[in-house]
Amino acid sequence: MDLSYNSEQEMLRKSVAEFLAKECPFDTVREIEDSEEGYSAKIWKKMAKLGWMELYFPEEYGGLGDPFQDLTIILDEIGKKAFPSPFFSTVVQCGITLLEGGSEAQKKDLLPKIASGKLIMSMAQLEEEASYLESGIQMPAKLSGDEYTLSGKKLFALDANIANTLIVAAKTDEGVTLLLVDAKNPGIACRKMGALGKNNCCELIFNDVKVSKDAVIGQPGQGWNILEKMASKATVAKAAEMLGGCYESIDMTNVYAKQREQYSTPIGGFQAIQHYMANMKLGYDTSLYYMHKVAWMTDEGMDTTKEVSALKAQVNEQYKFITERAIQIHGGIGTTREFNIGLFYRRAKAFEYIMGSTDYHYDLLADALEM
Amino acid sequence: MDFKFTEKELALKREFEVFFEAEMKKAPPEFGNGGLEAIYNTDEGFQFHKYMAERLAETGWLRLGWPKKFGGMEASIMEQIIFDEVVGYYSAPGIDPFAVGMFAPTLMAGANDEQKERLLKPIGEGKAFYCQGWSEPDAGSDLASLTTSAIRDGDEYVINGQKTWTTGGHKAEYMFLLARTDPDSKRGKGLSVFHLRMDLPGVEVRPLLYMDGQHLYNEVFFKDVRIPATDLIGVEGEGWALTRQTMNFERSGAGGFSGAKKVLEDLLVYVKNTNRNGKPLSKDPSTRRKVVELYIGSEVGQSLAHKIADLHAKGDFMNLITTASESKLFSTELAQQLSNYATEIMGPYGQLQHDELAPLGGSMAELYQFCKGATIFAGTNEIQRNLIAWTGLGLPRLKFK
Repeated sequence: MDLSYNSEQEMLRKSVAEFLAKECPFDTVREIEDSEEGYSAKIWKKMAKLGWMELYFPEEYGGLGDPFQDLTIILDEIGKKAFPSPFFSTVVQCGITLLEGGSEAQKKDLLPKIASGKLIMSMAQLEEEASYLESGIQMPAKLSGDEYTLSGKKLFALDANIANTLIVAAKTDEGVTLLLVDAKNPGIACRKMGALGKNNCCELIFNDVKVSKDAVIGQPGQGWNILEKMASKATVAKAAEMLGGCYESIDMTNVYAKQREQYSTPIGGFQAIQHYMANMKLGYDTSLYYMHKVAWMTDEGMDTTKEVSALKAQVNEQYKFITERAIQIHGGIGTTREFNIGLFYRRAKAFEYIMGSTDYHYDLLADALEM
Repeated sequence: MDFKFTEKELALKREFEVFFEAEMKKAPPEFGNGGLEAIYNTDEGFQFHKYMAERLAETGWLRLGWPKKFGGMEASIMEQIIFDEVVGYYSAPGIDPFAVGMFAPTLMAGANDEQKERLLKPIGEGKAFYCQGWSEPDAGSDLASLTTSAIRDGDEYVINGQKTWTTGGHKAEYMFLLARTDPDSKRGKGLSVFHLRMDLPGVEVRPLLYMDGQHLYNEVFFKDVRIPATDLIGVEGEGWALTRQTMNFERSGAGGFSGAKKVLEDLLVYVKNTNRNGKPLSKDPSTRRKVVELYIGSEVGQSLAHKIADLHAKGDFMNLITTASESKLFSTELAQQLSNYATEIMGPYGQLQHDELAPLGGSMAELYQFCKGATIFAGTNEIQRNLIAWTGLGLPRLKFK
């Protein structure tokens, strides 16, 4: 057992951290949040040049074939800086979906485009019922000749407003089927929803959108299977990003508690504050070490059904707990738009829903325990 | 990052499991559900503790982490944690928490050669059992304020004062005592460590029964108790530094998480096979939620224990102190959540402790009471939070008068 990252991984962490610190300070985060696009095309292009988007993709698709752990390092750093970008939707959700289920032609075509930063993708899965289950996917894709016709509504699709290509999970005779759809198709109406995360959380309305049979990822009816494989990795990646947010929230609060004085003494000297912070650190450390283990298991190809759900439920709750206490310790200033801790408080809630809520994962875990 | 166990570690783990699986079948009914109360409440329980100590001495595992020069196996910290996990899973006795867990490391750090031969050897052979003479009625978390005195008189020290919360004081033959050798000293200065026979004239042990009536704790009174000066451990007046080293041995908590995993296995069987309102409890949403919360707690907790091994192996002692405090805090609060949730899930059966209808042998009704001791002893959880804040986050230490 060796529970440290190697020196190359530490270098990767350092380079992501330095890049984001320079390119996207918290004032820029707020500007991006307030923009309609919800991301910075300039920073996105620079990121692509650094090779982070292709790092996890196998070499035969132009990637570096790095371990999954390295992907979690990038997301951890993205989480620390509250960096808004389509990295998660494009590289993690859609990239891994293509890796798990795509044809050779699709992978050779699309993965290098993701790597170069030219292709932004969005996963359209959830619908009005907002169920994470297979049965939550009801939007029909009707086959007629060589074409499917899509009609219906998808919700909470990340970065659909800036995407070139969508992956749409639809219902065909065979079951759930994943389709690659041109996001600029005139039959699609995209609306950015007014979510508290101020992220690109979108509604998509499909009005008789025609899609070629060739656009199926894998085989018709294999969609849910592919989505489950993607989720087993993307959920861990999201947890890593959330843990980055936990780290920064604690760090920021620690600095503040040592500076802020009341009764002529730093508030960090008060036991009430110290015990809140000890609880925050305990919640973070336990979750972080567990994430490291689950990421390692993922690289080893082990079955992580229970662990992934345990991790996401744990991190969902700890991120909310830590950011809530962090604002409490900051006092009134912590509730303002100008102060940074609010960025993390809002993300804790917004990210809770991405790759499954706590209740959803509790239920999956109970099932996995054969309850 | 690599979480893989070595072949040697896995083989050892299997060896431990085979041993405890067989030996624990010999536990007398009085040993009940394990834990400190099982060791100290009855003579039969303590006899089993002694039997297991001798068996463990034969295998050498009683001295698993000890240096070779003291007859130890010099096992790695990870191997020791694996051992603790197996012991915790079986709720097995034998490793005397005070003799092996605390006094032996103190002797290794501070005793002279004669004392090591005379005192350490019997501990390693599973033949010497101790109680801990630290806490006093007015010195709990603030241990350094203790007042029990040990005054030098020729070749002897004369002990006067009172200790309390003395777990197993009515069974142990010996105590390791922390007392004030300099009556004019304050706090950590002027304290010394002693080995003391419990059958000496002037030592009086009075039971301090737990809330359910079981006998673990005692008060111990000293009235002009004379002990030979050769039983002073280390340097007179330097006992506080020696004691602080021992405190770190007191906290690691790896067994707590594996113990919780064992209870969860039993609880899962229970909820799948128990019907309420026409369906198994395992299909009740509230029960499912409680069980998975406990499962998550035991999972993430275990990764803390493994982190401790990793930090120890790398010599990262600052983070080790923080993580050990986290582990004590987390494992004891998990035990509270475990016993509370389990007894809630059981409904009215959850209150049964000594009854033929008690689910899980009444272990959860018992734990519901004993878990309250665990968040208080071995450094209260508030003290652990202070340590995490001070060593882990660099927040200002409290100023004492």
